[in-house]
Amino acid sequence: MRVGVITFPGTLDDKDAARAITRSGAQAVSLWHGDADLKRVEAVILPGGFSYGDYLRAGAISRFAPVMKSVIEAAGEGMPVLGICNGFQVLCESHLLPGALTRNSDLHFLCRDQEIEITSNKTPWTRTFSINEKIVIPIKNGEGSFQCDDKTLAQLEDQGRVIARYVGDNPNGSRNLIAGISNEQGNVVGLMPHPEHAIDPLTGPSGAGLGFFTSILNSMVK
Amino acid sequence: MSLDTVATAQSSPNTKQPFAELGLKSDEYARIKEILGRRPTSSELAMYSVMWSEHCSYKSSKVHLRQFADKAPESAALLVGIGENAGVVDVGQGYAVTFKIESHNHPSFVEPYQGAATGIGGIVRDILTMGARPIAVMDPLRFGPADAVDTRRVLPGIVAGIGGYGNSLGLPNIGGEVVFDRTYAGNPLVNALCVGVMKHSDIKLAKAAGVGNLVVLFGAKTGGDGIGGVSVLASETFGASGATKRPSVQVGDPFVEKILIECSLEIFAEDLVLGIQDLGGAGLSCATSELASGGSGGMKVALDRVPLRDPSLSPEEILMSESQERMCAIVEPGKFPRFLQICKKWDVSVTAIGEVTDGNRLEITWNGQLIVDVPPRTVAHEGPVYSRPMAQPDYIDQVNSQKVNIPILQTAIEVKAAVLKLAAAPNLADKSWVTSQYDKYVQGNTIQSHPEDSGMVRIDESTHLGVAISTDANANWSYLNPYQGAKLALAEAARNIATAGARPLAVTNCLNFGSPEDPGVMWQFAETVRGLADGCLEMGLPITGGNVSFYNQTGAVAILPTPVIGVLGVIADVRTRTLMSFDTAGLDLFLLGQTDEDLAGSEWAFLHGERTGQAPAADLAREMRLIELLLAGHAAKLFHAAHDLSQGGLSAGLTEMVLRHSVGAIISVENVGVLLLSESPGRVVVALDPSKAIDLQELATHYSIKAEKIGVTGGNSLIINDCIIDLDELRHAHTSTFPRLFG
Repeated sequence: MRVGVITFPGTLDDKDAARAITRSGAQAVSLWHGDADLKRVEAVILPGGFSYGDYLRAGAISRFAPVMKSVIEAAGEGMPVLGICNGFQVLCESHLLPGALTRNSDLHFLCRDQEIEITSNKTPWTRTFSINEKIVIPIKNGEGSFQCDDKTLAQLEDQGRVIARYVGDNPNGSRNLIAGISNEQGNVVGLMPHPEHAIDPLTGPSGAGLGFFTSILNSMVK
Repeated sequence: MSLDTVATAQSSPNTKQPFAELGLKSDEYARIKEILGRRPTSSELAMYSVMWSEHCSYKSSKVHLRQFADKAPESAALLVGIGENAGVVDVGQGYAVTFKIESHNHPSFVEPYQGAATGIGGIVRDILTMGARPIAVMDPLRFGPADAVDTRRVLPGIVAGIGGYGNSLGLPNIGGEVVFDRTYAGNPLVNALCVGVMKHSDIKLAKAAGVGNLVVLFGAKTGGDGIGGVSVLASETFGASGATKRPSVQVGDPFVEKILIECSLEIFAEDLVLGIQDLGGAGLSCATSELASGGSGGMKVALDRVPLRDPSLSPEEILMSESQERMCAIVEPGKFPRFLQICKKWDVSVTAIGEVTDGNRLEITWNGQLIVDVPPRTVAHEGPVYSRPMAQPDYIDQVNSQKVNIPILQTAIEVKAAVLKLAAAPNLADKSWVTSQYDKYVQGNTIQSHPEDSGMVRIDESTHLGVAISTDANANWSYLNPYQGAKLALAEAARNIATAGARPLAVTNCLNFGSPEDPGVMWQFAETVRGLADGCLEMGLPITGGNVSFYNQTGAVAILPTPVIGVLGVIADVRTRTLMSFDTAGLDLFLLGQTDEDLAGSEWAFLHGERTGQAPAADLAREMRLIELLLAGHAAKLFHAAHDLSQGGLSAGLTEMVLRHSVGAIISVENVGVLLLSESPGRVVVALDPSKAIDLQELATHYSIKAEKIGVTGGNSLIINDCIIDLDELRHAHTSTFPRLFG
């Protein structure tokens, strides 16, 4: 199975995402921001980083990249898309996901091992987790506070589209402790913490993040 | 103002020139006239002023630094030594590693965020220019008193700047130091270390060879920021005018640097450059003169071709600008089209500004008129050299003759109060408030980072080869005895590598001092260099490079002599590293090494306002035996954990160990007051299965290192004889200091 990883100028975690895909048993395919060709991938990951230096707003410029037009089209046709951290911000800016990620409530960049609870395993990216399973993966961002209006929040909650929540202290002021959400169809997922940095206890706080990558593999290979 | 060309300079020998305002002394100005046989043009004067600054020319330190070469130990690992942008060492399996520390002290006081940010940017480009991919950074930092008002301005700004820039580059920050002392008020130290990795064949050097080859400038456009950063800012003491020097601080854009890194690595991979130099301190003046003198000497540059952010910049300003994120490369004309293609892919601006010539002059023109015509070596390498007067300062005999006079702990209540006080002391307290603002995970190869003894990164995913780095300084000891202080810092950094099971391989340094024009400071510096050179020779560790930062002084108050020593080590399989702490109960705890009544220069003495007595004498032969013991124990899989004891002694060491995985310890020792608080060098606490205690004793006998069982692991408390400290209480003391101070 081919999973694409997009590199924008300023993307940082693309190699980590590719490593996680490979570790799960799938094939990682590099996609370039300036190239609209999705190279026959069956799923796409938008990794973390500071695409375009976060100029204007995080993710605001990347959404206009040629590759994003193809991603938006493919997502509409049901292709699984996962945006991690800056990738989540790009998905919000692209209106593939609702809401916005704003400055952390304490105004500092925060890198720490964060416990999260998986609250939906209906998406192709969370399939291998059990509901309410708790895992520890890194969080690292300056603008990770998920915000949306009350109506959107109610929709997200009612439709079971909150896929992960922070456990314990709210690390960044996100509404309802939201760490990740999906679109209505469930194929597009945005996640603030970094599962690709938790695929091996040697280099991360746990190996539990690998579940997101084995999920997509299991979802596609049936 | 009309253009000051070489012709004008020849015809107007008596024009008054602002050499003093540019930081040059009158005899230095006279020497420039002697070299050129005429007065310099204003552009030449600008170049000499920045290149002959203390920061660039090492004019006060050079005579001492020669010892690093004279006393250099034989080392098969050293591939590129002192003098290039950074030294390179062989770490095996065809890999070479380059690492270096630089200071960005003065700019970080004037403008903390940008000063610290561009400090990271500069050291990363130094590593990149060697042909290496930067893989990690570290930041040894020093500040004024933790509760001082200005520290609340300086520290958060510096930390945010380091994070803001380093995080955006995708470089994990794997360690450093945060230390407070009143002498750093007004003179914070921001040292930045970067490490990079490459294959042996990829090493690049700063030289311009081959007539007709192009001088290519790529990266950001040149602006009016950082003009004279190395001369008027870094090479003078601060008076009352700190804030007015803000225009001398560069402004960084990490996004441009990230693009520049990826673009450069792609260019290197296709072997498109013959020589390369980054534009840091002294900007184009430095890059052109160093590249030219690294080659045959001849180079022609058309300065008007330099792309500008601000079109009103004069040629002098362009030569002095320290605008960030710029690189200068020497490229064969045939390879230039491909070079352009790669730059286009990354949207990096690129311009050929000149070419290598067969002469031995660096000639720079402005719209066709010759404004610089100099022998480049006189700019880059043949600056003034001073043997500055030095004298042992009066305080030395005074403090050395006084004993530390603090009552020794006796009762359980006193012991508990002391352990909690040290756990919460700003120099020893949990630094998560700082380090959580740094990305430690990016690149996915971080094995160890703060608060471990060393930072460790994997450099090969299939073989598990890794490198470990530690930076250490003990300014208290250096103040009492700079010669011993340097050796002790070296020993500590090497020990911090070995506790994890990595073998120390090479040394870098950043020597932070007050004004070299003060004979006392100069003596501290000379003694430090002598100590470090002797220490490296004795330990067989080559010095690969370093940095000197003088003028860290406000008025008559100089900083404590602060030689920051970085040691790099190699570990064949990172999966086998020894952890810093234990996560299970029932292990034996042994103290390795001899504890003496070494309270002089200790954190406990500092907390009592005492900086007196004599620093311990470094016993490097014993330090080396301890390192061999740690490596042998690691190879024999003896240890569950090993942790270096340094500032705060056994008290701080145990605090860090029990809190790491929330597993307590029961300690039973005699002479508890001294044992807990002494900072005798060369000591390590190890945790091991009781069944292996006998093996440890054998190793200890073999290496003649004292090994004493001090307790066992387990429980929810740190119990020291009859003193019981609940881990929650200890954690609260340890972790609440920074949020309380800097919230």
